[in-house]
Amino acid sequence: MGRKKSPVSEGILKGEFFMSGDIACAEGALSAGCRFFAGYPITPATEIAERMAERMPQLGGVYIQMEDEIASMNAVLGASWGGLRAMTATSGPGFSLMMENLGLGIMTETPCVLVNVQRGGPSTGLPTLVGQGDMMQARWGTHGVYEIIALSPSSPQEFFDLTVRAFNLAEKYRIPVLVMADEVVGHMTERVVIPEEVPYFPRRKPNFPPGDYSSFQPGEDLIPPMANAGEGYHIHVTGLTHDERGYPVTDEITQERLVRRLVEKIRGYKKDIIILEEKGVEGAEVVVCSYGISARVGLWAVELARREGIKAGMLRLLTVWPFPQERIREVASKVKAFVVPEINYGQIALEVERSTGGRAEVIPISHMGGGLYEPEDILKAIRKAAR
Amino acid sequence: MSQVEKPTVVPLEHPRESLLREERLPHIWCSGCGIGTALNCFIGALERSGLPLDKVAIVSGIGCTGRAAGYIKLDSFHTTHGRAIPFATGLRLANPELKVVIFSGDGDLIAIGGNHFIHAARRNIDMTVICVNNFNYGMTGGQAGPTTPAMAKTATSPYGNSEHPFNLPYLAAASGAVYVARWTTLHVRRLERALTEALLKEGFSFVEVISPCPTYFDRMNRLGEGLDMMKFYRESSEIAHGLDPRKADIDLGGKIIVGKFIDIEKPTYLDFQQEIQARMEGEPS
Amino acid sequence: MKRLEVKLAGFGGQGIILAGQIIGQAAVLFDQKNAVLTQSYGPESRGGACSADLVISEEEILHPLVIKPQVMVVMSQEAHDRYASELAEGGMLLADADLVPLLARRTKKRALLAIPATRLAEEVGRRIVANMVMLGSFTALTGAISVEAMKRSILSLVPKGTEGLNLQAFERGYECGKRLAADRRERSIEAEA
Repeated sequence: MGRKKSPVSEGILKGEFFMSGDIACAEGALSAGCRFFAGYPITPATEIAERMAERMPQLGGVYIQMEDEIASMNAVLGASWGGLRAMTATSGPGFSLMMENLGLGIMTETPCVLVNVQRGGPSTGLPTLVGQGDMMQARWGTHGVYEIIALSPSSPQEFFDLTVRAFNLAEKYRIPVLVMADEVVGHMTERVVIPEEVPYFPRRKPNFPPGDYSSFQPGEDLIPPMANAGEGYHIHVTGLTHDERGYPVTDEITQERLVRRLVEKIRGYKKDIIILEEKGVEGAEVVVCSYGISARVGLWAVELARREGIKAGMLRLLTVWPFPQERIREVASKVKAFVVPEINYGQIALEVERSTGGRAEVIPISHMGGGLYEPEDILKAIRKAAR
Repeated sequence: MSQVEKPTVVPLEHPRESLLREERLPHIWCSGCGIGTALNCFIGALERSGLPLDKVAIVSGIGCTGRAAGYIKLDSFHTTHGRAIPFATGLRLANPELKVVIFSGDGDLIAIGGNHFIHAARRNIDMTVICVNNFNYGMTGGQAGPTTPAMAKTATSPYGNSEHPFNLPYLAAASGAVYVARWTTLHVRRLERALTEALLKEGFSFVEVISPCPTYFDRMNRLGEGLDMMKFYRESSEIAHGLDPRKADIDLGGKIIVGKFIDIEKPTYLDFQQEIQARMEGEPS
Repeated sequence: MKRLEVKLAGFGGQGIILAGQIIGQAAVLFDQKNAVLTQSYGPESRGGACSADLVISEEEILHPLVIKPQVMVVMSQEAHDRYASELAEGGMLLADADLVPLLARRTKKRALLAIPATRLAEEVGRRIVANMVMLGSFTALTGAISVEAMKRSILSLVPKGTEGLNLQAFERGYECGKRLAADRRERSIEAEA
């Protein structure tokens, strides 16, 4: 689709497009009902902000460019409590700045979406080139004890789809959801089909009137309903450890009750949250386990290996966090080895290794960033593992 | 036995009960601290303003003053250190029906949150920022902050502070605030009136409340206890409405210029947004 | 059609990225093929060197990046000098003859074709449409995308009011490409004879 002008004068796009990943992400958010975007320009996520700046006014939504990524993350949290579906998008350095208030979002159970179009790091690193080095930061980047949801797209189409899914998971589980893309997926232009309608999980509203409402009283499913500001409930929301009324109670017992629930409300629903794509895993001797852009190249290597007669399979993580350790363990007992290509020095590879419980060998393939593997790099590891 | 007349029992009721989360009291503030006074004036101003209270949200950051959000029976958000203003920006823009008030301290708003403060003022985002300035970080034990006067003693400037403080009215005005006032916790009626004006002002309004911190700042600088500070405020305050705020510096033990310094009109962020929206609708697509 | 890798290169302002979008969109939306477009990012793409990479295939495209281009379209001497050596064996390089005066040496394994794109663009009215001339020749010489799809893609991506000019430039490039293709066939017949 043309960058300068687009057939989008009104409403949500529908149909087939030749669209970059970043644009698809923005359109996915809009399709999912996102009407608030706060951000700060940063390569390679800037195109998402630019698209939102163009599109939000057309849809009656809000685009605001904040003074930094700390402010962006906070504005997104505020907007969510103001009643809008809200998101921000950034890359490495900005992701680091957002960690502080990602924690506030987790603690206050604020639905929102944070997109990281990963580039090479550490520090300013490779602003224009690909990396996947923030996967562990996604899991553990903010301080304290918590569980997180992170999705990872391998194509512009999936960037669209997973952004929609991120908004729905955010509302369903009342948590900030991370979309961990990368520079190649963000900048590549490819076919994107936008459906007539996308799935929509509405905000969990309290089903009782103001007055007898405890803002953080969970239902049996461990997830509390959410009254927005301005609805008369006089909610209190704090980043301190709090009781079911939302009031600060900074003691061991309250901490245990609150934080255990924040973790369990995600862990208990892993079956609903985790999506994996498996190709030829049953009967395989070697399984390539990967995510994002690395998984795409990994799949090519798997196909080349199968042509050579090697029993190779592909296990692609569309959900990276929470980690699908149960499935990895299951597969581990049937295969010789996992090959894990990723554009870092072994992050998810460690998680795969942990999950196998020693039942299968794990071969990480590392790349410091700035480019992609060629299929041959991965194929060599598959051949070696199959021997 | 003589008949004893039963005394009339006056139910104990806090005069501000309707707007306080009573179950949260007693509060954490020290005796002689001015934050309670500032909060009391704010609640009075809220009542006087006639704003629909279900549509008023309070946002604060971290620190002694930041705890105010937890005591007010309105939608209230106690965010992270320094981040009340950007959080409030999102809240306000997402729901323009809301009146958003930031109630926080000098360290929170001006040191760690200083960048957010100047940018929200520059954008003229519709919000009221109330900054209780007690010249130090009380919650963590009286360390030096961005408003600590030069040469003042604090836990982290035991030999005297070698930094210049911010003059908050000047900072706010230079950053673009449309309403700027300063009062002390002695000036309760004037403060309440200023807060009412600020609440009803469209755009970024700022009120600085000079407050004692008897436990740390005042003790370490031998300024006396709460009551001594009231006397000090009475003797050393000078009302100067309309004064150029650059002349409102505060020195340790020196005079305190108070008053309303700025009250101007200019388009808010939402005004510009509405103008853009109107232009887009006027244009054939 | 199996995987075809194409690199378009020149300098900023020539419409290199637009040309890449036109080809990619034509493949995806109008020819029902798959295509991935990537482009060089960074300070050097503003005013300086600029390139767009395309992978086109009827099959699923797994590796999204161009590894060894089989077709190269160059519109500056700098781009030619920088990339020409990367051309795959049996590949084809199309150069704007007016902007790339010094072409690499022709070898049996690599075809080097000079298209007078800037001159033809000037003939139809404006040199800015030299990229469309190159697209026309690309379409004629590679057969990777149908003429119909290319035209539809051009119409949907160029600024309103310039459609005629752009299409005319495309046509001129296409004719030129057809002639060159015919010449090549003749030459190869001669060589065999």
